[in-house]
Amino acid sequence: MRWRFICMSRDLPPSAGTACVAGFEIRTQAADVRRVIGYVPQALSADGDLTGYENLLVFARLYDVPRRERRSRIDDALALMGLTEAAQRLVKGYSGGMIRRLEIAQSTLHRPMVLFLDEPTVGLDPVARRDVWGLIGQLRQRYGSTIVLTTHYLEEAAALCNRIGIMNRGRLVATGTVAELEASAGAGATLDEVFTQYTGSGSESEPAPGVAYDATSATRRAADRTG
Amino acid sequence: MLAVLFDTSLRSFLRKTFAITDMEVRKLLHDPTELATRAIQPALWLLIFGQVMARANVLATGSTPYLDFLVPGILAQSVLFVSIFNGISVIWERDLGIVHKFLASPTPRAALVLGKGLAGGVRAVSQALVVLVLAALLGARLQWSPLSLGGVLILVLLGAALFSTFSLIIACLVKTRERFMGVGQVLTMPLFFASSAIYPTSIMPRWLQVFARFNPLTYQIDGLRAFLLPDSTVAPLGVATDLIVMSSVLAVLVMICARTYPNIVR
Repeated sequence: MRWRFICMSRDLPPSAGTACVAGFEIRTQAADVRRVIGYVPQALSADGDLTGYENLLVFARLYDVPRRERRSRIDDALALMGLTEAAQRLVKGYSGGMIRRLEIAQSTLHRPMVLFLDEPTVGLDPVARRDVWGLIGQLRQRYGSTIVLTTHYLEEAAALCNRIGIMNRGRLVATGTVAELEASAGAGATLDEVFTQYTGSGSESEPAPGVAYDATSATRRAADRTG
Repeated sequence: MLAVLFDTSLRSFLRKTFAITDMEVRKLLHDPTELATRAIQPALWLLIFGQVMARANVLATGSTPYLDFLVPGILAQSVLFVSIFNGISVIWERDLGIVHKFLASPTPRAALVLGKGLAGGVRAVSQALVVLVLAALLGARLQWSPLSLGGVLILVLLGAALFSTFSLIIACLVKTRERFMGVGQVLTMPLFFASSAIYPTSIMPRWLQVFARFNPLTYQIDGLRAFLLPDSTVAPLGVATDLIVMSSVLAVLVMICARTYPNIVR
């Protein structure tokens, strides 16, 4: 699932229907939607030629964080992400986990109502992954943001999410809490079994050829940088 | 009410434009080596081409010595060359995923585009400094008044923003580095030779003169000559025309680019 398609709805209109984010209609109120959401793409999105601090500064400005608060919000974000020490170093020299935390910091400076994370832990080692999990929990507590994340790891979904939606061939085939989903698949079913049941063998369905290649290449690259 | 609205949205637009420019300039400051290597080419044009052609004395530049005539031309050329490949950065950012995040932020497209264009201007100013210092060392007799230098600064910024934006449009259309480099190379030479950079347009064949008339570089060079050289006959178009044409072309290009920009992520 490419969340960016939703985030940039004005540039890529939905093929059918519509959607609301935080009460704003994505086609007619795209500008309002952009103001209240935060978005962390799956691919590398922090700039390696800037320092961690500078990466945050530019987003503080673009998201209209008031000048008075900029410095303190950036410092807070750096502290929360454990990047205070590394703030003045070029992001090129960061580890994969540090880059991911910086990216999350960039997208939360404006305290979004809804934060979209596109496969936030892909390619991260177990320690870095656990760090990101912890942060996601903290962000929810501190800012009360709704967090929407996509993942291929079912244990991640089970650990982090109140509600889980299973997508198959671009369609939402089931939603509910972990308990609800497990119950719906029959007594004693694990989340893995639930997933298999809802997606069948069709999980690797055939999208348009170019799309699959692009998506795979993006995933591999994201996984690569974090090695 | 409307005025207030316009005022705040314009201020917000400019603030975001400068945020983008500031970011690009910071990148440049972290690694300025590229600018040093870039400055070699215009230096060679002045040192070798300029010296040889000045001796040959074949080009009719009136009372202005050929080297003096050439300096504004090379100045504009260095701006063109440093700007025309600016767009490649956005292809790089697209491949990484950086562009997506900027597009998902509440930043007007035009601010993203103009911000990058102005950053191109800052790069170009560094090139212009090298050319001017070199010209002074070679003994070119230029007007060094604050008015002249201020005019040069504006024209360099305008020209660089214009060609950077043009370059961004190409990047958004072709989307890959290989194609972009190809198109960039193909465009640079006609823009350069079909301008008054190294010879007056009066010696061109008629069809080329017509082409030069539509070439923004001609206007930039004309403006630079008007500010830098004492003899106004080498700048036949006039500063006012130059500035109006260039700002209008820039405005149109920014509008076109703002429309094509989201294209880059498709």
